[in-house]
Amino acid sequence: MKKTLSFVAGLALMAHSAAADTPVLQVYAPDYFASEWGPGPGIEQGFEAQCDCDLQFITGDVLPRILLEGERTDADVVIGLNTDVTARARASGLFAAHEQDTSALTMPVAWTDDVFLPFNFSYMAFIFDNTKMETPPASFEALLDMPDDVKIVIQDPRSSISGLALLLWVKSIYGDKAPEAWERLAPKILTVTQGWSQAYGMFTDGEADMVLSYTTSPAYHIIAEDDMTKSAAIFEEGHYLFVEMAAKLKTTDQPELADAFLDYVLTEEFQTAIATSNWSYPSKLDASLLPEKFNLLGVPQKAIFYSEDEAEALRKPALDEWLTAFSK
Amino acid sequence: MAQSGRISRPAWLSHWPGLVAALLLVVLVFGTLLAVALRAEGGRGLGPADWAAIRFTLWQAVLSAGVSVVLAIPVARALARRSFTGRTALVTLLGAPFILPIIVVVLGLIAVFGNKGIISITLSVFGFEPISIYGYHGVILAHVFFNLPLATRLILQGWLSIPAERFRLAASLGMGPTDIARLLERPMLREVIPGAFLVIFLICLTSFAVALTLGGGPRATTVELAIYEAFKFDFNLGRAALLALIQFAMGAGGALIAFRIAMPGDMGTGLDRAVQRWDDSPIQRVMDVVFITLASLFLLLPLMMVVLNGVPGLLSLPPSVFQAAIRSLVVALGSAFLTLTLAMSIAALVVQRGAWLVEGLGYLTIAASPLVVGTGLFLILFPFVKPSDLALPVTALVNAAMSLPFALRALVPALTSVERDYGALADGLGLHGLTRVRLLWLPRMRQPIGFALGLAAALSMGDLGVIAMFADSQGVTLPLQLYRLMGAYRMEDAAAAAVLLLGLSLLLFWIFDRGGRVNADT
Repeated sequence: MKKTLSFVAGLALMAHSAAADTPVLQVYAPDYFASEWGPGPGIEQGFEAQCDCDLQFITGDVLPRILLEGERTDADVVIGLNTDVTARARASGLFAAHEQDTSALTMPVAWTDDVFLPFNFSYMAFIFDNTKMETPPASFEALLDMPDDVKIVIQDPRSSISGLALLLWVKSIYGDKAPEAWERLAPKILTVTQGWSQAYGMFTDGEADMVLSYTTSPAYHIIAEDDMTKSAAIFEEGHYLFVEMAAKLKTTDQPELADAFLDYVLTEEFQTAIATSNWSYPSKLDASLLPEKFNLLGVPQKAIFYSEDEAEALRKPALDEWLTAFSK
Repeated sequence: MAQSGRISRPAWLSHWPGLVAALLLVVLVFGTLLAVALRAEGGRGLGPADWAAIRFTLWQAVLSAGVSVVLAIPVARALARRSFTGRTALVTLLGAPFILPIIVVVLGLIAVFGNKGIISITLSVFGFEPISIYGYHGVILAHVFFNLPLATRLILQGWLSIPAERFRLAASLGMGPTDIARLLERPMLREVIPGAFLVIFLICLTSFAVALTLGGGPRATTVELAIYEAFKFDFNLGRAALLALIQFAMGAGGALIAFRIAMPGDMGTGLDRAVQRWDDSPIQRVMDVVFITLASLFLLLPLMMVVLNGVPGLLSLPPSVFQAAIRSLVVALGSAFLTLTLAMSIAALVVQRGAWLVEGLGYLTIAASPLVVGTGLFLILFPFVKPSDLALPVTALVNAAMSLPFALRALVPALTSVERDYGALADGLGLHGLTRVRLLWLPRMRQPIGFALGLAAALSMGDLGVIAMFADSQGVTLPLQLYRLMGAYRMEDAAAAAVLLLGLSLLLFWIFDRGGRVNADT
């Protein structure tokens, strides 16, 4: 036992070795965001160059973690919350106003939220391989009418935020008829995965013909891999808007730094970097400043969007409809 | 089995290590559950969907464990009867599915059994319909894939525990295969199988991502997924704690039944000679070859697909993946020795005192919900320390607790026989305390200790554990790094990281297991 304890203590000490004279800004972020291959490292470098501080990303399931920690949280800022869960985040009373001017945002919908500040967005979409599927569906209706041997992978709304966005997308198009829509879609669903990664992996491995992802997903293949074979099917009914946001904690011990960080989020530096590091549209950037190859992406004519209150109210009944359709 | 170990003699090892280990497990399993429950803010009880999840969980766990054990018997028998070049390597390799991260195994299985997998493609070349893996049969297939190696290994150990002298005696008495099966092999199986069944049943109880993906959707909802839903979708901690308690109760119920069925075996002592069999026949030989070949194909093909997918990217992996690999190795080694310390302490208590409750607790750690254990630990530690400071030690500890059932499976019967066979001698020589551990237990138990260490290290290597809840952006382990690569669209790098993970896990297992078998003729 003694040996084990000293092993534990040794590791704890190693982790503590970073001395801290400079102020520390703790930012809670999702795993994909702060990983080496996400936007995190670039943002950290960019912000530290101007703040004379140490920006530290703490990764994990941001909202559950903040709710678990409550007012004792060490977080100064969170980044990566999605609109479909902000009702609960707001109700916790843990977040402060961002005090940013949101009038100049380049979002497809007007934005007036004074607590959660959007930093990027994309649209939910089904991605397909354009060398294998010559006539992709041009509407959700056409998707439901496709033969049942076209196989689609989606994510489970109970464990995945993109799966939840699909629930709301279907609800927004079909309303009371959503159960029938799910029943028409169900035979084409190859399987339902816990998270986005597994579903997307099955698609790139060729196991599924289509996968639930974002209209901006092909940008990764086009820009990073020089691969033009992946496209998003654009539907005439419109696409559900997926917005990611940042917010400041009321309990932060670094309020100035937190404000400075939120300022930074809307700077051109941050906004130009986010497109190719988070594979999404920046929330405040003139279209002319987007990477050139973003022009190759399909853009929905219409953005569908539920306010957080509508999303919160629809979540549970929409899940029950989904479960019923898939349990038959 | 626990009762069988009871030997009334003066204590040769103080009880406190066992009691401390037991206390640690109580905190890990029930303390975390309590911590989560205390944070609950009311909530609804169990609905019809929960009952459906409970039914499905029990059904798939019983069936998966049953199929795994039934298939493992002929494979283990074949491996016990045959000796051929590369047998040791094969036995090690066959253990690989068990220690790989779930996401990797699922993609490997799909590459073989999926819509566009090699079986479906081969079938369609000959004009047959492709097979579909998605459905209840896919869940069972995947669980058997994960657990057949473990079942085979546990049953094989049973076979190898029959002393060579027994077979020699059987041969000189003119016994044929039927008599040997009746008098030697079936009693051994009766002793070994309930334990093997139980361990696999417990593993399958907490299955979630595999069941969902290969089950084809929400019909394959397990209790662990319902716990996830309570956390992520509802943020209802009370419900999560209630479901975790139910999951635990199902495990405890399974354990009670398995312990009732288990028969204490008594094969006596031999001189550790290599087993030589005289009851061979051509039919047996053909059957053994068929079973070994089929099992190898079933287990190795998906792994081969994982390797083929990943090898091209291996050299271009970013350095941080190798740093994560080193971190994972440290955690795995720490976790392995922690497992051994815990398991030995508990085994001593069990054999000395017949403390079946403690042994049962050791088994049931695996029925605890990983998500609830992680969250509970987080809630307990968060007020005192920065969680990311303890990410690696906590991961090592939780991984050790999860490996405990397998270590106990290997160590308790071994210690029971050692004490039964040599205890009186050791008492006469006045061997007590650590001297007894050093001079009697360690040398006599090299093989199960090597196996336990190897398995614990490999399991810890591949397990995501609770690291995702505790890590910051820097101190990540290899499995977490693999998930991050996938999350950043880098599927090829992720495939290469999976090969690295597979290789390192197997290497760890092989080194320990091999170390335990030096000088052993098995």
